[in-house]
Amino acid sequence: MASFTMPSLGADMEEGTLLEWLVRPGDVVSRGDIVAVVDTAKAAIEVETFLAGVVSELLVEPGTTVSVGTPLATIEPADADAAAAPAEPEPTPEPESVPEPAPEPSPEPGPAPVAAVRSPLVRRLGEQLGVDLAQVQGTGPGGQVTRDDVTRAAAQSPAQSPAQSPAQSPAQAPASAQVSPRATVPAAAGVRATPYARRLAAEHGLDLAAVPHAAGRPISAEDVRAAHEAAAGVIGSVQGQAAEPAEHVAEPAPEPVSVPASGAAQSDKMRAAIAGLMARSKREIPHYYLSSTVDMTRATEWLREANRNRSIGERLVPAALVCKATALAATEVPELNGYWGEDGFEASSQVNLGMAVSLRGGGLVTPALLDASAVGVEDLMAQLKDLVNRARRGRLRGRELTEGTLTITNLGEQGVESVYGVIFPPQVALVGVGRIAERPWAVDGLLGVRPLTTVTLSADHRASDAMTGARFLARIDHHLQHPEEL
Amino acid sequence: MSTQSMDQSQARGLVIEAVRFIVPDADFDALGDDTPLRSEFELDSLDNLSFMETLSKRSGVAITEDDYDRLVTMRSCIDFLTAK
Repeated sequence: MASFTMPSLGADMEEGTLLEWLVRPGDVVSRGDIVAVVDTAKAAIEVETFLAGVVSELLVEPGTTVSVGTPLATIEPADADAAAAPAEPEPTPEPESVPEPAPEPSPEPGPAPVAAVRSPLVRRLGEQLGVDLAQVQGTGPGGQVTRDDVTRAAAQSPAQSPAQSPAQSPAQAPASAQVSPRATVPAAAGVRATPYARRLAAEHGLDLAAVPHAAGRPISAEDVRAAHEAAAGVIGSVQGQAAEPAEHVAEPAPEPVSVPASGAAQSDKMRAAIAGLMARSKREIPHYYLSSTVDMTRATEWLREANRNRSIGERLVPAALVCKATALAATEVPELNGYWGEDGFEASSQVNLGMAVSLRGGGLVTPALLDASAVGVEDLMAQLKDLVNRARRGRLRGRELTEGTLTITNLGEQGVESVYGVIFPPQVALVGVGRIAERPWAVDGLLGVRPLTTVTLSADHRASDAMTGARFLARIDHHLQHPEEL
Repeated sequence: MSTQSMDQSQARGLVIEAVRFIVPDADFDALGDDTPLRSEFELDSLDNLSFMETLSKRSGVAITEDDYDRLVTMRSCIDFLTAK
């Protein structure tokens, strides 16, 4: 029996409020399924499970605030094999591992004792992912278990076979009989609804009694959203078509709502969360700053050409090119992509590019484009739109808030020439992109007028030196001079 | 593109609708017709793209990237939409 616990959705999070369960006892879940909605100081976040199996008990009622790490539900693992962790003992050399910080590969491949896991970050990740650290083989210095090891172990273990579990679970049969997702039963007098559903309904001006939902259970936020989308009708459908390729649109984009948990109290909480994190950053991180002027002539010409035959919804914006260029540079200069922990810097094998997104109600969130270096620029553009849209509506997923490895802020959009940002701990670098503006610029001894932008880097001097930072900015520049390769 | 050209107030309504799709509580009462919408409502490039998209879909008027520069203020948007 494993526990699904209140995850840490950011370095600044100490507690969270369970807003809504999206599963019930008896439901079969797979790794990555969204099972609950949790309210943090910043927004309502959809939280995934990293366990696969059958939900056996919900331990916390919606509306309850608990500290990070508190068990929220118990989950019966999918099958015995999976429960007993790595069935195949060789934590196979990861398929596409980019530079891993493994100066001295662990001498003996026995599982590292838990005591060897000194980094609280790694321990916390282990808890979050439901990985038994004693079973994980460390590849870090001295056999230390790194974040990557934990992530890999989580990917290898329980997940696999949700398909087999239903048959084995006695609890499953009766529960699934009443699942009929959206039976259209109008609610009776005393309307039962989750707190989050009530809040959403209030925001949308919907009468809960008129929201269709399945019989025998409270109205959920899903029901309210469905009803709202139905009501939003025309606009919803316009935006639905307008939006990106289907697989990126989780739902037919309803009207943008800022942070769901709006109101003065919420914005005060967000302010306090930002204050705490940024103060910690400036207190702990010795920042160094570099900047570089990038000629955007080729990039803008390439974009103009690429967009000529695209419908508006498929057009690319310069920010997508800059994001892709930055993600690629991060794979080439891995010293800036990862986390700083008790044991020093840990590079990440994947680039999860955090995007600083300002919210209309004030404040900001920095959800990440996961594995940003691996997708083409069209897909990245679609993901960017989806991410920003969901950030503003307060429908981000847990992983997007916890797994950023490098952040980019695009304040140039608001007209500033350059921005020197504050690093988001435990990351070690932040890239700032200024406005693209026409300026006099000398090329081959001739003065011309060119679109230029200033790309800056704020980096953690504990993790890297300015030479490394300079190399990183040079790589971004290089990629922006070859937009066709992005 | 459109079968019949749009009048001024229809165009104004569309612009307001397209902005409010992005900024639901956008206040137009105090906004002059010559104020740039993008800076007034803090639209970033993704918002701007969404604005153009909504405007184009709702009006049936094709908008190319070159047209973006002519869709800056309420007045210029109305002029653009009613001229088509």
